[in-house]
Amino acid sequence: MTDHTADGAIERLPTGIPGFDLIAHGGLPRGRTTLVAGTAGSAKTVFAAQFLAEGITSGDECGVFVTFEESPGDIRGNVRGFGWDIEQWEAAGKWAFVDASPQPEEEAIVTGEYDMGALLARIEHAVQVANARRVAMDSLGAVFARFGESTVVRRELFRIVSALKKLGVTAVMTVERTQEYGEISRHAVEEFVADNVVILRNVLEDEKRRRTVEILKFRGTSHQKGEFPFTILPGAGITILPLSAMELTQRSSDVRITSGNAVLDEMCGGGFFRDSIILVSGATGTGKTLMVTQFMAGGFAADERCLLFAFEESREQLFRNAQGWGIDFEGMERDDKLRVVCEYPEIAGLEDHLVRMKALIREFRPHRVAVDSLSALERVATIKGFREFVIGLTSFMKEQEMAGLFTATTPTLMGGESVTEAHISSITDSIILLRYVEMFGEMRRGVTVLKMRGSKHDKDIREFTIDGRGMGIGKPFRNVVGILSGRPTHVGSAELDRIAGLFAEGSARED
Amino acid sequence: MQKHLFKLYVTGQTPRSERAIANLRRICREALNDNYELVIIDVLEQPHLAEADRVMVTPTLIKQVPPPSRRVLGDLSDTGRVLAELRVQPPPAPSPPAGEEP
Repeated sequence: MTDHTADGAIERLPTGIPGFDLIAHGGLPRGRTTLVAGTAGSAKTVFAAQFLAEGITSGDECGVFVTFEESPGDIRGNVRGFGWDIEQWEAAGKWAFVDASPQPEEEAIVTGEYDMGALLARIEHAVQVANARRVAMDSLGAVFARFGESTVVRRELFRIVSALKKLGVTAVMTVERTQEYGEISRHAVEEFVADNVVILRNVLEDEKRRRTVEILKFRGTSHQKGEFPFTILPGAGITILPLSAMELTQRSSDVRITSGNAVLDEMCGGGFFRDSIILVSGATGTGKTLMVTQFMAGGFAADERCLLFAFEESREQLFRNAQGWGIDFEGMERDDKLRVVCEYPEIAGLEDHLVRMKALIREFRPHRVAVDSLSALERVATIKGFREFVIGLTSFMKEQEMAGLFTATTPTLMGGESVTEAHISSITDSIILLRYVEMFGEMRRGVTVLKMRGSKHDKDIREFTIDGRGMGIGKPFRNVVGILSGRPTHVGSAELDRIAGLFAEGSARED
Repeated sequence: MQKHLFKLYVTGQTPRSERAIANLRRICREALNDNYELVIIDVLEQPHLAEADRVMVTPTLIKQVPPPSRRVLGDLSDTGRVLAELRVQPPPAPSPPAGEEP
């Protein structure tokens, strides 16, 4: 009855829906029907249509779309924005509709026993004519609405699923749910229709919409568990972000790259690692954007390609700042070595930002990427969504062996930990803190490398200044304690000398 | 009286198909004095016709003439509903009560 490989495992049909095949361990069970359940507005119809569209565009597999609800005309129009030209595919014999949508002018009266032999015959006919490998049926709720909760409808749907199995096609069948967490489907169709269930959710969380997909079961075969966020993009349709799937593939390199500042490189034990993620945390005005700018300039000097995502400052401002520190962003862009992308965080959800950023990274192929700042993005998401975003972005960059420098803004001027930092510090490889230090009625700046995964690093808190040449890192603060906690206290020099005498001083520091 | 024109969709030669045909012929004999034309379409043989008429269930009876076009689903054993839905006036002569075919 079913397709098995030589070792008895169930064969997969790669759907081509971005990200889905990864969480489905290769695709939908081939030759079977999968139930796609979701509440109103959870993108069931898009999933069904995309299943066919991807088959046509990526695998040249023809498809049959059985519509119980919307008219074929509506569906053609609704998915045109995803770049799917159904009309053209119909003309080419690659896509066929079986129109079982209600005909308002012809309301039918039941006068005795019946079956859905006509529908089944039409589906079989369409599959044979188009030599289709994929079938989508959308949605079963409309069938129940028209024919009632009768055992006849259940029996007939079961018969259709059995017939699809005999035809050897892989099918998806959508069905309504009344709530995001609860019974699988409204009419309990999963009990008799399908061994495989995928759930689409559209949950409102902290006033933000979050779409996820979960593979509930694939009978007799494996898949990733849990919910995976997805987004719906113009020109692409559903794009799933398989976060935990990507985390597994990270490698780690010991090649060092420059931070753009020689002294900071030295503090880090010889520079950042090529595929590491560095978090720069500091209050407003401590020099985070300067560090980003130098990171870009350092890449340019080493003939690397640099990409900067700016969510706080405008292009003009960034370029002017850079110029003030003696760095020519314009010239770098002219050489096609730098790209600066400025966006308001609020223009899109985080999933959309992530997909766009990934697309840009793929297109520009930078060696290093900076995001200034992550805190700005955090504003538009839930904690969970934000963490997923950071994991998604960092693992994607690591896969491509890129270095990433992200900034986070601390809410208080003195000391303090940013919310952003708390959520993602375990994801980043290195953490650099920039802090204000109040000394004798003067605001000075300090920098320290808090964490450097896989390497020795300088533990000092060093003073730095900002001038026309950028960041000048100087000597460690020797007579101040409590900088990181935001309560600097001066220590008498006699005491310091005594401590210094106890431990031999390391290499001489330079200014 | 205008001649009635019917299309009846069935799936194969099943007992249900036979029953629908018999019911229809009986109703037409009793209500229309056999003044009708009937086209029987087996969806297994001509699925494209079912597609064109967007027929979903079998049996489906479509009355084409006289207008308006009407559809009746099922094996037509509920004679009263069939007559009402098709707007066929029963003849004045006393007719046997609606019922099952033996």
